[in-house]
This record gives sequence, C-alpha cells and structure tokens, in this order.
Amino acid sequence: MGLLDKHGAIERHATLLLVLSFLVVSIGGIVQIVPLFYLDNTIEEVEGMRPYSPLEIAGREIYRREGCYVCHSQMVRPMRDEVERYGHYSLAAESMYDHPFQWGSKRTGPDLARVGGRYSDDWHVQHMVKPQSVVPESIMPAYGFLLNRELDRDDAEAVQEIMGVYRMLGHPYTDEMMDAAVDDFFAQVDQFGDPVADRYPGAQQRNFDGQDTVTEMDAMIAYLQMLGTLVDFDTFVPDASR
Amino acid sequence: MLGYIKLAVLGLAVVVAAVATGLARDLSYQIHALVFMVSAAIAFIWLIRRVGEPAPVADPNTYMDGPVRYGVIATAFWGVVGFLVGVVIAFQLAFPYLNFEWAQGFLNFGRLRPLHTSAVIFAFGGNALIATAFYVVQRTSAARLWGGSLVWFVFWGYQVFIVLAATGYVTGSTQSQEYAEPEWMADLWLTIVWVAFLAIYMGTLIKRREPHIYVANWFYLAFIVTVAMLHLINNVQIPVSVLGSKSIPVWSGVQSAMIQWWYGHNAVGFFLTAGFLGMMYYFIPKQAERPVYSYKLSIMHFWALIFLYIWAGPHHLHYTALPDWAQTLGMTFSIMLWMPSWGGMINGLMTLSGAWDKLRTDPIIRMMVVAVGFYGMATFEGPMMSIKAVNSLSHYTDWTIGHVHSGALGWNGMITFGALYYLVPKLWQRQGLYSLRLVSWHFWLATIGIVLYAASMWVTGIMEGLMWREVDAQGFLVNSFADTVAAKFPMYVVRGLGGTMFLAGAIIMCYNLWKTVTSTAERKPASVGSAVPAE
Repeated sequence: MGLLDKHGAIERHATLLLVLSFLVVSIGGIVQIVPLFYLDNTIEEVEGMRPYSPLEIAGREIYRREGCYVCHSQMVRPMRDEVERYGHYSLAAESMYDHPFQWGSKRTGPDLARVGGRYSDDWHVQHMVKPQSVVPESIMPAYGFLLNRELDRDDAEAVQEIMGVYRMLGHPYTDEMMDAAVDDFFAQVDQFGDPVADRYPGAQQRNFDGQDTVTEMDAMIAYLQMLGTLVDFDTFVPDASR
Repeated sequence: MLGYIKLAVLGLAVVVAAVATGLARDLSYQIHALVFMVSAAIAFIWLIRRVGEPAPVADPNTYMDGPVRYGVIATAFWGVVGFLVGVVIAFQLAFPYLNFEWAQGFLNFGRLRPLHTSAVIFAFGGNALIATAFYVVQRTSAARLWGGSLVWFVFWGYQVFIVLAATGYVTGSTQSQEYAEPEWMADLWLTIVWVAFLAIYMGTLIKRREPHIYVANWFYLAFIVTVAMLHLINNVQIPVSVLGSKSIPVWSGVQSAMIQWWYGHNAVGFFLTAGFLGMMYYFIPKQAERPVYSYKLSIMHFWALIFLYIWAGPHHLHYTALPDWAQTLGMTFSIMLWMPSWGGMINGLMTLSGAWDKLRTDPIIRMMVVAVGFYGMATFEGPMMSIKAVNSLSHYTDWTIGHVHSGALGWNGMITFGALYYLVPKLWQRQGLYSLRLVSWHFWLATIGIVLYAASMWVTGIMEGLMWREVDAQGFLVNSFADTVAAKFPMYVVRGLGGTMFLAGAIIMCYNLWKTVTSTAERKPASVGSAVPAE
C-alpha cells in the first residue's frame, strides 16, 4: 500500500489537510451547478411567462412567510397520475422568476403548481378561514387572520422595492411598470380599475376576498389563482433530451 | 489597550443596534436588533468590570474546558427544546386544531416546522459538534485551544444565532429555503462566528504537540470548511432594506433548486454525517477502550465520503424540471455513497472487536453501537431511495420523513447522548454517572420511540405513494388527495407517541446528568486537565 503510506504527509500538515479537503469537496458542486447557468436548454423557451404583478408578489411573500412550501410542492412530475391529478408537468421556465424556487419537498397537502383557476375565490376564502369546512379530511391550519391584515400604501411601496431588487437581478420590469407599481397593486383588486393585464398579460383583476378593504387575503388569492396559468402549452414543444 | 478597543466596539454595537431597533420596518428585524443590543450590552458590562485588571493567565499545559461544559449544557437544553417542538408539530398533523386560533399568525405548523428542524439540527446538533470538537481537538493534539476568549465568542455567538433564527421563524422572517431559513442578518452573523470557529480549530491543530493529526479531526475539519462553503453560496442574497429583515436570494428557479439541495443534502452529509463521524472516531474507541479498527479503512472512507457526498444533492429533485443529466449524476453518486458510508460504520462497529461483552454491562456503549447501527441502516436506505424508480414512489411522501428521522434520532441523537454521558463525569470531575439504570431507561425509550417513528412513516409513506398512483380498470384515479390524508391518521398518532418517548428519554438524561454533577462523589486524579500526553 505505497499510496496509503504517503498519507502520513497529509496527517502531519494541518494546512495541507484543509486545502486538500476543500478541493475535494468543491468538485461536485462545480460540475453540477455551473453548467446550469450556461447550457441553453436548461430553461425551456415558452410563450406567456412574465414577471409577477405587484399584488402577486405580495401574495407570494405571504406564501413564503407562512411556510406553505413546507407542506405544498409546486412541481408536477411527468407521471401519469400526477398529470391526471394536477395537469401538465411543470417546466423549469415556470419558476424562472422565483427567488428562491418553491418546488417543495413534501406533499402533506396537494401540489399547487397548477392550482390557479381550479377553485373559486370564495372557495379559497372559506378554505383559508376554516379548511375543514370545504375539505373535511384536511389537516391544514387555518389562515383566517389574513382577512384582517389590511395592506396600505406602505405595503405597496415595499413591494415596489422588491421589484427594484428583482429588476437588478434581471427581471424584465420596464420603467413604466416600476412607476405604476403602487397603482397596479391597488388596481388589481378593483374590477373597474386600470387594466393591470396591459402590463402583466394574463393577470386576473377583481376583488378576491369580497371585502371592501385590500387585505393579505386578496394578495394570497391573487397569487394562487395565477399559479400555473401563464404558459401557453399549445405552442410548447418539449426538448427531446434535456 | 485591547480591552478598550473591545469596549469601544461593543459600545458602538449597542448604539447602532438601539437605533436599528427604533427604525425597524418589521417585527422580526426589531427583535433581532434588540437581541444584538442586549447581547452587546451584556458583553460590555462583563468587560468593563474587568478592564484595567491584569488578565488571568491560563496555564498553557491545561485544557480549556469551560466552553465545552457550557456546550454540553446547551446541547442538552436545545435538544429538549427541539424534540418538544417536534412532538408538538407531530400532533398538529394528527389533530389540526392544535394550530390554535389565537396563535394563528405565529404558531401554525408552517412556522413551527422550521423551528423544529433548525432547533434539532443547528441548535442541538451544532452545539454538540462545537463542544465535542473543542474537547476532541485538545485531547488528540495535546494542546490547549488556540484563540483564548475567541472560544467564548464562538460559543455565545452561536447561541445568539440560534435565538435570531428561532425568533425570526415565529415572527415570519424566513428565506423559505429548507434548513437555510434564516434571513440575511442572521446569515451574516453566523458567517462571522463560523470563521472564528474555523480559526480556533486550525490554530489548535497547528500548535499541536502530537506529530499526526488524529482521524476524528479530519472529519471535524472537513465538516467546518464544507459548511462554510455551503452556507456562503446558498445564502447569496440582497437585503431589500438595511432596516428590514427581508432579503431576496440571488438564485432563481432551477438553479436555485440545484444550489439549495446541494446545500441541503450536504447539511446532512457534512453537518450530520462528517462532523458526527468525528465524534464517533473519538468517543467509541474511548468508551470501548479499544483502538480504531482499521487505519487504512479510515483513510479510504474519509476521502471517498467527502468527495462523493457533495454530488448527491440532485436526488432531491428526481423527475422535476432539473435537467436529466444532473438527476442522473445525483443518483449515480448517491448509490456509490453507500460504500464509504458503510466503511465508516464498519470501522466504528469493528472497533468493538474484543470488547463486545461490554454491550451487556455498559449502556453507554450500547447507545453508541445502536447509533452506528442506525447510521448503517439510514445510509443503505438513502442510496436505495435515490434510485429514480424508488424515488418516484417515495418522493413527497412521509417515507422521506421517516428516513430522515432514523438518521437524525438514531444516529445523531444516540451518538450525541453517548458522548454526553461520557463527557459529563469527565468535565465535572465526577467518579461516574449518577445512575446507569436511568441510562438504560433512556436507551430503551429512545430506541422503541425511533422504531415506532420509522415504522409508522414507512407505512404512511408507501401507502400514500401507492394511493396517489392507483388507477382503476377504466384508467381513472381511484383516490382523491383528501382520501390519502384521512388514511394516514392512525399512523400519525403512532409517530407522535414515538416522538414523545424519545423526548421522555432525553428528559431522563437531563435529570441524570444534573444529578451526576450535583450528587456524585468528586474524582481526584493526579493530572486533572493536564495537556500531556494526548488522551
């Protein structure tokens, strides 16, 4: 065992041990992570993906804050039962604007990647207030307090700041979108307001929670009703090998 | 002079934190600034009472065991806290009304689950690793810890990080990346503490008086440096405001998924495996009073383990939108990982050659052996679950939760308990433990608890995986999602009971260790804490 005898040199030099260990642990990550940033077919070319609208961002931040990702995945795998149950399998393109991804790792509750449009707004309100009232077997905690948390101008401006960071990271927000962010935030809960869909194609615009005020419930439902509805699958051609 | 500089820095920290508390834009940030302010103020007061006095000179021929004693206490304390939160959320899943209405915004499952995972991995596991690393590196290097009061900074700094993380989760500050939930302030603070930890460890190794670095230290060192790398890269983020807790991670979508599970799986691989193997390589030979079985095996499995582990992340992303080439690489390396994992298990178990009779008389060695046994089982189950065909059934189900817990409760928990039982009489100069019978009680409660836990999760996991994919003769899905939730109820109760038993065992341990320190006879050996020769 000539090679193993030479190991003594490493055992006698702490710095050598440190440097060699670090080199050995860095290889795997470099090979697996770096190509994802430059291989062209990592993110599919699709029609319809757009950055989130201001109200959807607020909803997504609530989704993250409450730890929804702990029990709900947002990733439909390409298996028969999943496609039957949830819809078209998820594409990498569909989470390209997600910082960080929300694919999840556990389905204590069902997948939410395509929950948009599946249930009415009323159903969502009922379900958040008392999940067991619409799904008796449900073990989901209640989130009725979202109805009482009003969102004001400060909250809208906070979303605008988040959009600023997204823009810095390369999301295609235009100057017009940035300037209109606060107005769009409130317009999206008003059916008769300026059409938000002009800037955010496919954005749904209505009073989501049925209350006069703008609340976290509005934002949350706006986010959920958008999930999985953006990509136009009629024009999508899957890559044969990816 | 140095004392005055420290005072000035701490004073400035108090003022800055006070201003930040006042200007905070959200509750989490306000609490975090307050925690910083109080910590800096306590350190300031502690220091100002000593400034100008001659610094006590420590005998360089003795070990620095103060921080290790504190670390042992912190490990036991956070262990009980973490297990308790685990039991609470286990019962929340069985009985959802335990998500109390009055506490909806704070104590729902979604906020408590990160609290549980971080408390057991980083608070319980982390303190156990830091404390034992400090103990082991001194004994095997025949040297006092390098760094002086920096060691205390690492201990207390790490506790501050735990408090920041815990208060953040409950008040809704999270990065929403599993096992990396703390936001930017806590992340930055942990980086400072971790660099100090690495410096102390390297400093001690460099001034060692033994010619060779003992194998346990290879594992501890690989754990410290790899966790630093993972933490830095997975937490690249831009704070939305310096006065708010929210930050936006730079990575998005598929890259974010890959980096997160590269981090996540190696939190298992290096935090919960390499570091704990370091523990195994010191405490099992000491307790069994036998040398490590094979030196060659330890060299081969060390390098193979640290090289292969880092590739295994993509097996958390099978059949997702991650490109196939990455999934295949992840699966291949995960299967190969079985071999170096079992190399460690064999080296640990075979160290008992010629001392197997101790299993009958020594409940501590029994605990350590069962820990290594669970390590072997979990590192067989893991590669099996990383096979894509198996994973298509097991992923997203409770099977994963069961797998994690047979590793965490069985391997990490049991080896830590064994190390604590070994350490407390040594650190407090006692003749022995207060009661070996209570150790036996702890052993059986914990072991039966783990078996209930793992078995119930196998049943629910495989059951729900099969129910989700079941189709009838016409090709329609047979079960609604809600049907699978209802079917799991009895097993969720069994799981909660298993967790309760494990928690009860840990409480018995705390009582036993407490009585060991307070009610057993003192040991007066010739060379208490002497640094020569290496132990």
